[in-house]
Amino acid sequence: MDTARYIASRLGQSLIALFCIIAVTFFLVRLAPGGPFLDEKKIPEHLLENMNRAYGLDKPLPIQFVRYFGNLLRGDLGPSTGNKGYSVNEVIAQGLPVSLGIGFVGLAVALALGIPIGVFAAANRNTWIDHGLMALALLGICLPTFVIAPLLADLLAIRLGWFDVALWEGSNAWLLGAITLGLFYAAYIARLTRASMLDVLNQDFIRTARAKGVSFLGVLFHHAFRGGIGPVVSFLGPALAGLISGAFVIETIFGLPGLGQHFIKAATNRDYLLINGTVTVFAVLILFMNFVVDLVQAWLDPRVRARG
Amino acid sequence: MLRRVYLPLALFAVLVGCRTERKVDVATRDGILLLGNGGEPRALDPHLVSAVGDANILRALFEGLVTNHPSDDTIHEPGVAERWESNPEATEWTFYLRRDARWSNGDPVTAHDFVYAFSRILDPGMASPYATMLYFLKNGEAYNSGKLKDFGGVGAKAVGDYELHCSLAYPAPYFPDVVKHTSWLPVHQATIEKFGAKTAPFTDWQKPGNLVSNGAFQLESWRINASVKVVRNPYYWDAKNVSLRGINFYAIDNVFTEEAAFRNGLIHYTYSVPQNLIPRYRDSHDPRLRSETYAGVYFFRCNVTRAPTDNADFRRALAYAIDQQVIVDYVTMGGQVPAFAFTPPSEAGYQPPSVIAYDPDKAREYLKKAGYEKGSDVPEFAIIINTSEAHQSIAVAIQDMWKKTLGITKVKIENQEWKVFQQTVQDLNYSVSRAGWIADYVDPTTFLNMWVTGDSNNETGWSNATYDGLIRESAQLADPAARYAKLREAEAVLLDELPVLPVYWYTRVYLLSPDVQGWDPLLLDNHPYKHIRLESVGR
Amino acid sequence: MARSSSTTELIQGSSLGRDAWRRLRKNWLAMASLGFFVFIVLVCYLVPLLPVVPDPDRTLPELQSLPAGATATSREGESVFYLLGSDPLGRDIFSRIIYGGRISLMVGFIATAVSLSIGVVYGATAGYLGGRIDAFMMRFVDILYALPFMIIVIILTTFFNNSLWLLFVCIGAVEWLTMARIVRGQVLSLKNQEFVDAARSLGLSQPRIIFRHLIPNTLGPVIVYTTLTVPAVMRLEAILSFLGLGVQPPSASWGSLIKEGADRMASDPGLLIYPAVVFGLTLFSLNFLGDGLRDALDPKGSKD
Repeated sequence: MDTARYIASRLGQSLIALFCIIAVTFFLVRLAPGGPFLDEKKIPEHLLENMNRAYGLDKPLPIQFVRYFGNLLRGDLGPSTGNKGYSVNEVIAQGLPVSLGIGFVGLAVALALGIPIGVFAAANRNTWIDHGLMALALLGICLPTFVIAPLLADLLAIRLGWFDVALWEGSNAWLLGAITLGLFYAAYIARLTRASMLDVLNQDFIRTARAKGVSFLGVLFHHAFRGGIGPVVSFLGPALAGLISGAFVIETIFGLPGLGQHFIKAATNRDYLLINGTVTVFAVLILFMNFVVDLVQAWLDPRVRARG
Repeated sequence: MLRRVYLPLALFAVLVGCRTERKVDVATRDGILLLGNGGEPRALDPHLVSAVGDANILRALFEGLVTNHPSDDTIHEPGVAERWESNPEATEWTFYLRRDARWSNGDPVTAHDFVYAFSRILDPGMASPYATMLYFLKNGEAYNSGKLKDFGGVGAKAVGDYELHCSLAYPAPYFPDVVKHTSWLPVHQATIEKFGAKTAPFTDWQKPGNLVSNGAFQLESWRINASVKVVRNPYYWDAKNVSLRGINFYAIDNVFTEEAAFRNGLIHYTYSVPQNLIPRYRDSHDPRLRSETYAGVYFFRCNVTRAPTDNADFRRALAYAIDQQVIVDYVTMGGQVPAFAFTPPSEAGYQPPSVIAYDPDKAREYLKKAGYEKGSDVPEFAIIINTSEAHQSIAVAIQDMWKKTLGITKVKIENQEWKVFQQTVQDLNYSVSRAGWIADYVDPTTFLNMWVTGDSNNETGWSNATYDGLIRESAQLADPAARYAKLREAEAVLLDELPVLPVYWYTRVYLLSPDVQGWDPLLLDNHPYKHIRLESVGR
Repeated sequence: MARSSSTTELIQGSSLGRDAWRRLRKNWLAMASLGFFVFIVLVCYLVPLLPVVPDPDRTLPELQSLPAGATATSREGESVFYLLGSDPLGRDIFSRIIYGGRISLMVGFIATAVSLSIGVVYGATAGYLGGRIDAFMMRFVDILYALPFMIIVIILTTFFNNSLWLLFVCIGAVEWLTMARIVRGQVLSLKNQEFVDAARSLGLSQPRIIFRHLIPNTLGPVIVYTTLTVPAVMRLEAILSFLGLGVQPPSASWGSLIKEGADRMASDPGLLIYPAVVFGLTLFSLNFLGDGLRDALDPKGSKD
């Protein structure tokens, strides 16, 4: 029951957050200067009115919101004004798999690279290995992605020819992008893992286990890991939000048609419904991942559950 | 040892080895042209687009009455119309359509398709950005503004299936050139109305699988912000002469990514070249860099309704203080031409009057005439640009020139985001703003008509009765020489009053793979893809 | 050893601050970082006051893309020296980095100050008031934590892209949540200590207790986190500049300079390397300093 209440309360919070963000973005974008039909060739007043009416933009904002929300619940996100002929659902359907692919591979790279490095550094603490790896990690954190990305692209794609430098179809540029994205988070995770491993490895129960003759790796996996992984898991929550903003940069540099690109173009084009749609999808993604992270944390550490 | 070292090494070698052939080479073999096309197309509906990139795709999908010649923009190549004729006043035109032109679903292309298309683009409900192109037709403007309710009153009639009559509002001997523009393309009525009302703003008819087109290619796929792919249209009347199997238009916005993609062997052609990389290609005489005359002008608009730009002498001072050669040589570096007038001189024979040139002494004189003893007396004003590196560089250079030559210390540069910029200019909420204009067809009126009082593209508040009169008179003249002379007079008025400050005339700077044959320099850069061939050229 | 009976002075022992400072002094890396950071700040704000540095906006397109240490003659016959070379418009890279540093550092300081003020007050209040109010306030923080702030920032800066102050507020607003959590945690543990009871029994008002007694004692983690927030904020500003949404030209920040450099890496590596190195070293030094402070203020933590 404890767990059930925890899950329910977390779910409730997430839904409230989702509603808030949908509402806030809805009103925010419509209050901005410029509109979706403003273009280089000036459109006469009466035609502009026609277009606004066709898209339902002439009604007062609260009414528009109610209609929008109603459609949203039915799964209809409306038409895109910037990509005439496509509905927001279709644009998102095209872009979401791209972004998810990049995000997940990036996350996988980050974990696969970061955790072992952190553990290795912790196991060899205060040696040159440790200092060297941590300095490398710090470098990864301090240099922006959009500096590392073109450098990597130049090396791996243009000079070595292992990857394509851009485009989506028939191209593996997305893999290069995902790896680049992962590198930054690998650096963060490496530092976190090392710090928390050191914490755990210092504790009495570890010394007891070693004294009992358990091998170092055994200690690592059976005892240290569970306690040490906590900070990394709790980092994953905000990391997701960061992965998304990192994805914007990666998609721009490598020309990948993900949701981030669609969002940025929509903001530029004042494509209200597409902005709302992409923001909703991002919010759902983030809230869902945070929810999962919360659950994992609660499973790892019952104290979290008690705090509710 | 075997498993832990050699196996991964072998895998690695295989992976690396697998990538020896470049995408471009594969595409050349397959006959697919890979083009960088700038940004994502707004739509594939000819009546909803206004950008150059969108028009490129439309020209592959559709064909109009008259089409582009592969190497000479002054030649009118027959398209769906085999031949045409006009009355001596150039106000009544008849187009005789070929009988074997077909849509991509097999239907014949008829004159009714054109009349339907004209009625759709002029329909007020469509709110088409390029409806003004069809104001050439008698009553076209009236129908578009809603004054005329029945399209029957507009000067476009189908006589039978294969004859199209156009009655124009005023003489236009260059009319065949005008109808090459994408706003005059035909559309397939049954398809449009299958998916929604005639002027419904968002329907599925543009999607791959639904779109029916009559050009050399048809739509295969469309991924937003990625690519539009077209393949051969087997029903095209001239399909046997089309060499390409397909074209992929890639929507790469970032010019640096695009250039990297070209170098990486991912595309045959880039839409533009980053300014800082031009010298590299040029200095090594790399034949892949092309720099060709392009009918367009880069200029600044001046708001004549507010100070300090309301003073004509002040505007003259600003214009003559711009060292155009420096901009062209060091900032844009693409072989652009300093603009001594507004309309670029063209092969069609129009020579604009030579007025504008860098003259610091003259500029300073005009500043004094405008009433400013010193440049620092000039009140603060701003140059408004839309956010872009290129515009930024030019604005910074010109700001500096005004500072050095005229001593104007209080001029700022203000960056505005695209939409906000459009609003600012349309609302006349600026002092100086940057602008560019590309010709829609090969005739000086495409550059000069916009400065008439109240034209929607004027956006400076400038109104001059003499200018309006001269333009009106020139429209009534059918004799080219007389017309050009009249237009020259009008342009002289424009260049005297200077509501605009011309900077340079464009060139098209781009990178083209040597595999692409048949891509000749064209004034309007509208390459007919049916004449393009891909041949593997040794590296 | 009798205490003076006329005053109620508490015995002044060795304060936390003094101990921490002593420990910090021993950490040579952290001290070097502190020195470096102070040096950078001084250079960016004071050096332009001397006539040494040329105007960063001076444009000489004919002298573009010169290498470091180059001297050239402009079209007007003026001899120009470029310490770190010139950019594609002939502007001095060195001076652009210095003036850009002013803006980047200003963004760092002000945005961090914004997040600091909101976070500290919010967290301390929640921690002190405790109970259901605390639970509610923290729930709110949890909700906000999950929101994609970056997206809102992008939307706002796309629409109003010329406002530096909007930038400060937006970026600051992204970072205050963690600060609030940290402060609240500290306050919760301090709340039950004796000095708070003493203050309460003296009849001090709640705000006074919060502001004059609790907050000063939370300074340790707050200082550490602040030192780590500044680089995070500067990174955010760099990302926004990359997307074209940060500081607008003709002003420059390190972020926008790096973006220009990254674009032109193939032809002008100096444009990227110089600002990137300065930016990287500054962030490096702040991170080392933060780590050092954390170790100095909490010796029980994961010791190296």
